[in-house]
Amino acid sequence: MKNESYVLLFVGFFFGLVAVIYWLTSYDDAGSVMLVGTFLLGSVPGFYYLWWARRMHPRAADDPDATVEDGAGVVGSFPGSSVWPFVLGLGATFVGMALVFGAWTLALGLFLAVAALVGVIYESRRGGLV
Amino acid sequence: MTLLADRPEVFEEAPEPEHEHGPSGFLKWITSTDHKVIGKSYTITAIVFFLLGGLMAMAIRAQLANPDSTLLSQHTYNEMFTMHGSLMIYLFVGPVAFGGLANYIVPLQIGAPDMAFPRLNAFSYWLYLGGGSLMMLGFLTTGSAADFGWVAYAPLSNSINTPGAGPDLWIVALILTGFSAIFTGVNLVSTIYYLRAPGMTMFRMPIFTWNMLVTGILILIAFPVFTSALVLLWCDRHLGAHIFTVSGGGVPVLWQDLFWFFGHPEVYILALPFFGIVTDVISVFSRKPIFGYRGMVFATMSIAALSTSVWAHHMFTTGVVLLPFFSLMSYLIAVPTGIKFFNWIGTMWRGSVKFDTPMLFAIGFLVTFLLGGVTGILLASPPIDFATHDTYFVVAHFHSVVMALLMGAFAGFFFWYPKITGRMLREGLGKWTFWLMLIGANVTFLPQYLLGLQGMPRRVAEYAATGDLVLLNRISSVGSVFLFLSIFIFLINVIVSWWQPIPAGDNPWDASTLEWATTSPPPHHNFLKIPPIRSERPVWDYNHPEHRVLDHGKPRFALGAANGGDAALLDDLEVAGPDTFESQDPDR
Repeated sequence: MKNESYVLLFVGFFFGLVAVIYWLTSYDDAGSVMLVGTFLLGSVPGFYYLWWARRMHPRAADDPDATVEDGAGVVGSFPGSSVWPFVLGLGATFVGMALVFGAWTLALGLFLAVAALVGVIYESRRGGLV
Repeated sequence: MTLLADRPEVFEEAPEPEHEHGPSGFLKWITSTDHKVIGKSYTITAIVFFLLGGLMAMAIRAQLANPDSTLLSQHTYNEMFTMHGSLMIYLFVGPVAFGGLANYIVPLQIGAPDMAFPRLNAFSYWLYLGGGSLMMLGFLTTGSAADFGWVAYAPLSNSINTPGAGPDLWIVALILTGFSAIFTGVNLVSTIYYLRAPGMTMFRMPIFTWNMLVTGILILIAFPVFTSALVLLWCDRHLGAHIFTVSGGGVPVLWQDLFWFFGHPEVYILALPFFGIVTDVISVFSRKPIFGYRGMVFATMSIAALSTSVWAHHMFTTGVVLLPFFSLMSYLIAVPTGIKFFNWIGTMWRGSVKFDTPMLFAIGFLVTFLLGGVTGILLASPPIDFATHDTYFVVAHFHSVVMALLMGAFAGFFFWYPKITGRMLREGLGKWTFWLMLIGANVTFLPQYLLGLQGMPRRVAEYAATGDLVLLNRISSVGSVFLFLSIFIFLINVIVSWWQPIPAGDNPWDASTLEWATTSPPPHHNFLKIPPIRSERPVWDYNHPEHRVLDHGKPRFALGAANGGDAALLDDLEVAGPDTFESQDPDR
């Protein structure tokens, strides 16, 4: 997990440095704010990963000498086929259309989106519909 | 139905294939959460947008083949170049890489059963398709499609200068595809961090996967800025927010700041996946490990980092940006890119190079990208940029870059088509595609450098018949016909492979990374068996135990010495277990 955190910490380190240099040379608000945001994007999860990396046992994926058997067992839980991402996408598209053509597609879009959210949550609890 | 994916067995004992008990046909397309189905949907959708954008480019070149041409009205011409740019940048080059090829290939390359969040992955595809459809819907509205250029500069993009539903649809479409890209970025980073197979350490991942990790992080940096800027623009147009209009106390240049803080990393979001494809292709067809693997990784990260601190080099002529800072940072990008070129050539150096179609496209990428890259260094110099800004010189520069990326994409298509479909593409037709594309790209865009130097501005529908403008424009238009033919032959190639298939087998290119260990196309949850992962080339090590390499190209004699002067064959390792194979790296 350490290398993963170093990748993110590199982002944080680089943009922290650039943000300081950029602010001191330009005093430009817009760019400095975006650079500080990028610094946080790298350093916050980066330090979190590092904090965890020091506390957890190395995973089989971090061990250069791991065998396939070391990773035996369940990898994770993956949902099967589900229609709800499609419904949610359709709902989001109708909500988007409402931003252009006025409110008449908003109700349809919100209905589909809410239905899809309910569907996804129930599906996770009791297995899929399709 | 929730499926629990078990770790695959050891390579030798493959169980019976586990078939997916899901729907088929249209219902499968609608409901699948399998990264392979979604990846294929993404790729096909992106290619449809690419063909539409290409037809618009042909219309543009037809218009510009004659001076004072009246083939297209000025207004239609504006629509054409805007939608051409938008389709190609937002809906083709990016999504085909991070939504299409990466979605399909990255889980295979790291030995994962699927992406980390399969339903989010599917949602991301539907947002992309919905957004893309909304953007095209602009052509059906009474006004027109968006016509303010793919960069939508304020104040041109406000509701007074470009009223109507078309521009609004463009904005909403990009908000939707922006979210789609962010979700894909989250998915890529999580998958690469959490679902790697045992032994697949970070520094054993194929370079394509590394580049997709960096691209994923870059998406998370860049796209939120753009998506929120679009929301602000929508508020300006509909709610009178006056964020980008001078009249209400806003700052139009702020749009450029926000746009290019997205726009320049976006260039590398487009480029890095194809760098990765080309790296893997060159390694496979030179039959050598990648030269300077770690150098490649660090160069990728440096390029990504620098690319996010150079956004204002697109804004030199606004007069409100810090020229030395952005100029210096832009020059610096040449250093890691140069390292990449050095390593690409180093990988080919003294290898036994096979000029199959993917390799040809990879070499075409190197040549064309060099032209685009070197002219990019010219444009990073403010004095040159002041003279050439918004001329065809800039158009030629970034088209050299994106044509190189297109060749990278075709290297990927030809390389992975056998894995995705189980069928080979025809080599002969593939070589026609390559040569027509290489000739077409250069005949189309090299004259545009000269056009720019002669002062032809971009985004004009008509020009006067002075100087060499007519001749150069006509050469450029002839070149675009070559590109058209090249894509046409590629489509024929796909149709031929469908009607008269040549079975590909699991590993037709004798390639080295993990996706070639499974069947073509891969089964549900990807792997029935998996080879031991002891370097960044596990499949090569398994298939060529006499030529295996240690981590990062340490030669075989190091291994031999460690085992008492005798080369450790993989059979021994299989019997004794991979633990007998000690890592030679003292750091571990």
